[in-house]
Amino acid sequence: MSAGTTKLNVTVTDVVAVNELVKRFHFERSDGGDLPTFSGGAHVVVEMRDGDKSRLNPYSLMSSPHNTRDYTISVRRDDSGRGGSLFMHNRVKRGMEMVISYPVNLFSLDLRARKHLLLAGGIGITPFMAQTAQLAGEGGNFELHYTCRTPALGTYADVLRDRYGKRVNIYYDDTNERLPLERLLTSQPLGTHLYVCGPAGMIRWVRETAAAHGWPDETVHYEHFAAPQPGLPFDVTLALSKMQISVGEEQSLLEAMEAAGIDPPYLCRGGVCGQCETNVVSYDGTFRHNDHWLTEAEHCSGKKIMPCVSRFEGKSLVLER
Amino acid sequence: MGINFRKETFRDDFTFRNSPEFIRRFPFPFHEDAYMYAVNIEPHVQGPKGTVFENLIDVDEHYVSEMQDRAKVLAEDPLRCQSLPHMTLAGWDLLELLMTEQAKGYPEHFTLTRDGDRWRWINRPLGIDDTFTFGDLSTLPYGPMEYITRQSQGDFCILDQRDGNLWMDAGMVTTQADWSLDFDIGMNFFEWHAPVPLAHEKGIFTRALKFLTNIQQGKPARRLNWTMTINPRLDTSPENYHKWGPDRTTVTPDNVGDKVHLRVELQSFWRLPRSNALVFPIRCYLIKMEELVTVPKWARRFHRVLRDLPNELVEYKGLTRYRPAVIEWLSKYDDGAPTSPGFTPD
Repeated sequence: MSAGTTKLNVTVTDVVAVNELVKRFHFERSDGGDLPTFSGGAHVVVEMRDGDKSRLNPYSLMSSPHNTRDYTISVRRDDSGRGGSLFMHNRVKRGMEMVISYPVNLFSLDLRARKHLLLAGGIGITPFMAQTAQLAGEGGNFELHYTCRTPALGTYADVLRDRYGKRVNIYYDDTNERLPLERLLTSQPLGTHLYVCGPAGMIRWVRETAAAHGWPDETVHYEHFAAPQPGLPFDVTLALSKMQISVGEEQSLLEAMEAAGIDPPYLCRGGVCGQCETNVVSYDGTFRHNDHWLTEAEHCSGKKIMPCVSRFEGKSLVLER
Repeated sequence: MGINFRKETFRDDFTFRNSPEFIRRFPFPFHEDAYMYAVNIEPHVQGPKGTVFENLIDVDEHYVSEMQDRAKVLAEDPLRCQSLPHMTLAGWDLLELLMTEQAKGYPEHFTLTRDGDRWRWINRPLGIDDTFTFGDLSTLPYGPMEYITRQSQGDFCILDQRDGNLWMDAGMVTTQADWSLDFDIGMNFFEWHAPVPLAHEKGIFTRALKFLTNIQQGKPARRLNWTMTINPRLDTSPENYHKWGPDRTTVTPDNVGDKVHLRVELQSFWRLPRSNALVFPIRCYLIKMEELVTVPKWARRFHRVLRDLPNELVEYKGLTRYRPAVIEWLSKYDDGAPTSPGFTPD
């Protein structure tokens, strides 16, 4: 089947500065129809056309899954990133036509859970905006713990407090408030599922602590989209297509293949879903693996690469594409 | 003009048959003169008029009688319909899918009107006109999955997706080829496929699972599967084996044409939006041998497929006892002429 998902033509209906780092974008269907319903935790891939460059970045949907009039996403500005968030912040204006993908959920709620314990760090709050809306609508039992740097950067902290009162707990770094992780993980009723979304370090800390306290793997859910990192340019030979391509500093390998007219399958573009996994034919150099899909052994084997987020430094790289 | 729904039975006097135009639209499953398992999955997109793919949820002349047969099965055995507690949301998803697709494909027979959460559903063939609140269980006479699948042809399995696997956590299964929802409920993809021969060794299930867990909203897929059934019986379940098992001893050279049926399942796979579950509608189509041979290409090809079928598959599909009689009967319709590629009649 072809790459990615079905596309939706949308119009930007509003752009709201939430705080100094985060902007919220509202999309409606350009043909005036309804958008597809989705499930809490789903993301869409937003296509950004920037001259001859195109970037496709995944963002979690944060509107209520029952709202089919408009989708909203929130984007944190990353000044040292590859420019996707800067494009969203500086170039995307109300009235603009854009293309987004159908929703895809790689961070789904386990609906068997007796209780959902949600842990968010920073902009990792966005999937929980949709999940809490879904759970609240169904009378679901949840508790949200949210850590952020300062009250001014506590994106949607006030909205969540207003909506859910005591079910929301907020911790501010600047006043040295700490998420009481050990206490939380040792005091949950049987049948609780744990969800974490935030910086890589936080996800690691939560998963390790949960494992140490005997939480079964299948009750611990996490979402970590690795945004593709910029890096040194490199050249690649695509053996099946008999092509030579160059990957620019701020381009991902997947984007470079797409620019050359090759369309590997993808869903998340963040090193999670496994769709774009590519075999390495030969190489002379060092891989910069940034994905969460391949195992450690596969990373060391030099036989596979996830072109959506991973890079290469060295003399030559030949891929089976 | 609408469909002319047949009054017929799938038990006792077995008055089921296909009218001539419905023979032509039968989903004949063999694209060449031999059969072996493959991951034969393709996008479930609309096909030409006059095929079962004209609409993504197909309604045909057997609709009313099939729904009456389902009601009888459920009256005798309510466990044919089960939904684990966490699957209710997926049931609402399925209700929306089936109402929407049936109303879109057959507006003369079905009408859905939505005013926010207030929905009105009119099913003219079954004489139903209900108004209910979407999401509110107390406003329907059954749970959402049972309500809508009592009004939709085919079996339905709803699979929860978690831990990289699919789990058979809800379903309505009354027209099955010898498997039991009550036995499989709660099992994962590998567990419920454990009895299938040859396919595990070929790695087919691992690849199929990878494909299915990546099915996306708005991009359903489908495949065809087949077996054979003696008498046009929809309910060939393990629970009722004592009723249909002995039928297999009743095939004689004189009754093959009327008694022996090719049974084709159109399986489609859909991502459900609110629950992120998958639904597999498994739609059963039956055709008598005497109906099948009215299409010369199908007669030749089915003779060759059945004659050359590997023994493991003959056993697994339960064809051992009557296969020689059917091959002998079909051989009269196979002059050895080459057949054209593809499924469709020449």
